[in-house]
Amino acid sequence: MTPAPDSVAAAGTGSRHTGRGLRLDGVSKAFGSGATALLALDNVSLNVAPGEFVCLLGASGCGKSTLLNLVADLDRPSAGAIDVGGARVALMFQEPALFPWLTVTGNIELALRMRGVPRQERRQRAAQLLASVHLGGFERRRPHQLSGGMRQRVALARALALTVDDADASRGTVLLMDEPFGALDAMTRDLLHDEIERIWRERDLTVLFVTHNVREAVRLGDRVVLLSSRPGRVVEEFPVTLDRPRRIDSTEVATLSAAITDRLREEVSRHGA
Amino acid sequence: MAPEAMTTEPRKDTEDLAPAVNRELAGLDALELTVRSRRNPIARLWSAAWPVLAAVGIALALWQLVVLSGWKESWVLPGPADVLPELWNSVTSGSFWGAVGLTMQRAVIGFAVSVLVGTVLGLAVSRFGVLRRAFGSLITGLQTMPSIAWFPLAILLFQLSESAILFVVVLGAAPSIANGLIAGVDYLPPILLRAGKVMGLRGLSQYRHLILPASLPAFVAGLKQGWAFAWRSLMAGELLVQIGTTSSVGRLLSDSRELSDTAAMISVMLVILVIGIVIDQLFGLADRTLRNRWGLNAAD
Repeated sequence: MTPAPDSVAAAGTGSRHTGRGLRLDGVSKAFGSGATALLALDNVSLNVAPGEFVCLLGASGCGKSTLLNLVADLDRPSAGAIDVGGARVALMFQEPALFPWLTVTGNIELALRMRGVPRQERRQRAAQLLASVHLGGFERRRPHQLSGGMRQRVALARALALTVDDADASRGTVLLMDEPFGALDAMTRDLLHDEIERIWRERDLTVLFVTHNVREAVRLGDRVVLLSSRPGRVVEEFPVTLDRPRRIDSTEVATLSAAITDRLREEVSRHGA
Repeated sequence: MAPEAMTTEPRKDTEDLAPAVNRELAGLDALELTVRSRRNPIARLWSAAWPVLAAVGIALALWQLVVLSGWKESWVLPGPADVLPELWNSVTSGSFWGAVGLTMQRAVIGFAVSVLVGTVLGLAVSRFGVLRRAFGSLITGLQTMPSIAWFPLAILLFQLSESAILFVVVLGAAPSIANGLIAGVDYLPPILLRAGKVMGLRGLSQYRHLILPASLPAFVAGLKQGWAFAWRSLMAGELLVQIGTTSSVGRLLSDSRELSDTAAMISVMLVILVIGIVIDQLFGLADRTLRNRWGLNAAD
């Protein structure tokens, strides 16, 4: 196994963006200790510029979810440093993970409440957030009354609610997405790609998007970062310079995807040897 | 830039895309939402009622058949024709309702104390690993212990008093309620815990906004089971612990046995059965409503 090249990210894209982006510096994470310890992440360095959309790509066991947990501060790295530059961090999962005992608006309002939004403002703000994911009019529904794609949009609205910061609007927002569309059918997924792209631009988000779907990564990312598995290391980075909006079924996306897939397969086959 | 101040105006490069996406999303949403037909309430009521009525009819018929077979003398085993008028006489008398009132008062107080004890116990055990290791299996053990086995001790401790009955009712019901809550906390989906942590739910707020509401269905199931145990314990208690001249449902049962008034005895038994069923149905209703709201029903 060759040592992974430390990834040095593309430079920031100018001063219009808020926040300082995201910086991972030699981050390692081991679970357990001693001889039985499992190294999930090994010396991962990654810079994400403010306003950048970075897709993390890797096969099973590349520690993608571990990485997001570390950035979201749900877990601590064994070594290395993570700097989100004071940004608000929100995390979205493959499952919507909405609270079934709350209505759609109740779910959003709880997130707003945890962000310290006063009671009398919550209802209205929740309605705005839901409208921004095209779910106006579904406030009083319960999560189980919605389709998978709609639930995932509610989850997106909830994640956005967590990034509300009235006190310091200059703090950036980092949105972490852990295979958020992995459980959806292809048509819904394509539409949600358009949605997340729009919201990313409108809200000036910094996005770290984990997926194992190469085309999805190329469709969405400014940059695709390929991780190895067991332990997760940065193997290679692919800048995606295709014009937006992109189509997942376009030739350009397919061509780049094929090149990345080859590299990914090479990486995976090392584990079979 | 505060997100809520965001304009909904798309930027230039997505401008031509947005309306089409909106339409497509709306179309998909409409297609994916399930359409449910509502049934006529009378039809629904009837479909729930007729199997129950049929079952009651069959039970009465079997009972009558046993009586007609002449297996026992009619003063040992009277038929429905003797018992039902007796039951009607009871329910139209004031003293009967006084007895039911006292019994229900004991049931409500006993159950309320059980809920309190069971909830505190369940919360403590689910929260602290050392308490669980210490008391977890003890709680389940208490649940399986026949409550009547507690009465000798209860009578020694509290003599023939309300406290003796309350003691046994709570010992019977609280473990089930505690176990329900513990199960609810244990089976909390890990993904919801993760989502809660992302939202910043910790400590008390995690309990208030996540753990307690999430364990509600299991808690209600525990309440339902706890009620069954409370009711059984109460009936055993009222047969064994008779206080002065007070009249209770259990007292009516034991009095009619002493007077060899079998018809009255069976009619009291029917009353005990019906009260048990009615309250169980109320818990069942709460359980179903909850499951419907959460989308936990297979039929949903």
